[in-house]
Amino acid sequence: MTDMLQVKGLNVAFPSRDGPVRVVRDVSFTLGRERLGIVGESGSGKSQTGRAILGLTPASGTVTADRLTFDGIDLRKASARTWRSLRGPRMSMIMQDPKYSLNPVMTIGRQIVEAYRRRGNAARGDARSKAIAMLEAVQIRDPERVFRAYPHELSGGMGQRAMIAMMLIAEPDLLIADEVTSALDVTVQLDVLKILDDLVRDRGMGLIFISHDLRLVSSFCDRVLVMYAGRVVEQIAARDLKNAQHPYTQGLLNCLPQIDGDSAPLPTLTRDPAWLA
Amino acid sequence: MTALIEVRDLAVTFGSGRQQVRAVRGVSFDVEQGESFGLVGESGSGKSTVLRAICGLAPMTGGTVHIGGKPLKTPRDPAFYQQVQMVFQDPYGSIHPRHTIDRVLSEPLAIHGFKDAETRIERALEDVGLGRGFRFRYPHQLSGGQRQRVAIARALILEPQILLLDEPTSALDASIQAEVLNLLDALRVDKGLTYVLVSHDLAVVSHMCRRLLVMQHGQAVEELTRDALQARAATKDYTRQLLVASEGFKAP
Repeated sequence: MTDMLQVKGLNVAFPSRDGPVRVVRDVSFTLGRERLGIVGESGSGKSQTGRAILGLTPASGTVTADRLTFDGIDLRKASARTWRSLRGPRMSMIMQDPKYSLNPVMTIGRQIVEAYRRRGNAARGDARSKAIAMLEAVQIRDPERVFRAYPHELSGGMGQRAMIAMMLIAEPDLLIADEVTSALDVTVQLDVLKILDDLVRDRGMGLIFISHDLRLVSSFCDRVLVMYAGRVVEQIAARDLKNAQHPYTQGLLNCLPQIDGDSAPLPTLTRDPAWLA
Repeated sequence: MTALIEVRDLAVTFGSGRQQVRAVRGVSFDVEQGESFGLVGESGSGKSTVLRAICGLAPMTGGTVHIGGKPLKTPRDPAFYQQVQMVFQDPYGSIHPRHTIDRVLSEPLAIHGFKDAETRIERALEDVGLGRGFRFRYPHQLSGGQRQRVAIARALILEPQILLLDEPTSALDASIQAEVLNLLDALRVDKGLTYVLVSHDLAVVSHMCRRLLVMQHGQAVEELTRDALQARAATKDYTRQLLVASEGFKAP
């Protein structure tokens, strides 16, 4: 089986007064039908990696790659038309904050129906019932009300789930989830993860799960990429994370407080300039 | 021995009629001198509102709060703010973007009529591990962790006895969170401070606090010691749910 997504030597740079800033450096990985976690601190380039794959790098940035293919399609030279046929139906991204990523002047229902109709010539009535069913699938208790609601009328957790429903209704093959659960309460977090887990399991979707929460990622994903300053410093199976080799991964794991830990000072992370080399 | 902070049947209600929201409904707890006490709960549980009510930022509609045996006055007087200071969640939002750190730290001193601003500002910056070099910078020149240190310095500059910490590390990266938590712990021991720490993260509270109160829907669910938490000796279902959820995802 060939991998759905192949990334080799991906670089993203933004211009600045002091020359280009390389926010993603030589990132290479492949993704099959599995759950891949990307972990790192803020500014480590994990979100920019996700955006570059979807061609959503801001216009000022430059993306270069030795290889960037999705299902055999070369994304580096993709035309606007190709992108339109890919984004939504084939690959999509759930953003971090529902407050900014949903259209504030459209009802949730219209946004979901729009996402559904974009992928084919679905009938209007059909799209509506499908959208309601999708809202139910993401554990929204009163889907009819949420369908008619505007984004500001929903709580953060509800908005996040509505957004997930919108991305999933198109049944993409690849989903990039960028810090989807960070703004949610712990108990809601698990509900959302369950939904994503079912999709990978039942539909064979490929999932890139971007998060700063190492513990969550290790319990949820199959494989983890650890990023530091734009580089992948370690690639490891999630269950082996405790035996991580790189001092940065180790440092990230150890600095988390634990319920069963004592109250001694937490170990802090000492950054070694050699990691950048 | 009486507790330093005594909260009895605290209630906070916003709005009236159909719009009425009862954010806190009858919460009671005691915090001893020199202790660190945790409030845990999910968003909307009223944990931050409890802190804001103590500080006078939210209206108390019922119950009493005693600090050092004395009931609080409404509005709070300057003496109160010399005793109690608050650190907010978002260091990007809680510091004036167009004021230098020097000005941010001078303001409370000017309000309270302190004369030795110079030495106090330098000491406060030393205390939080920033050093004098940061004094004339603007917030946008600092990282998130450094800004939270400035917010802590601003709270400490009046030498209060009590710090109310509202999710002090939830906007920070894990590695920076460890540094800030260590700083807060060291300051508490050094200066004999009393903390009330609000967090949604059971691990953070268990690390920082010997006792904690779990809240849901504006009500206290149960009060636990750290030892009971570590022994998973929660008596209420909600606390058990939180404990399970904090262990991460388990495939069905």
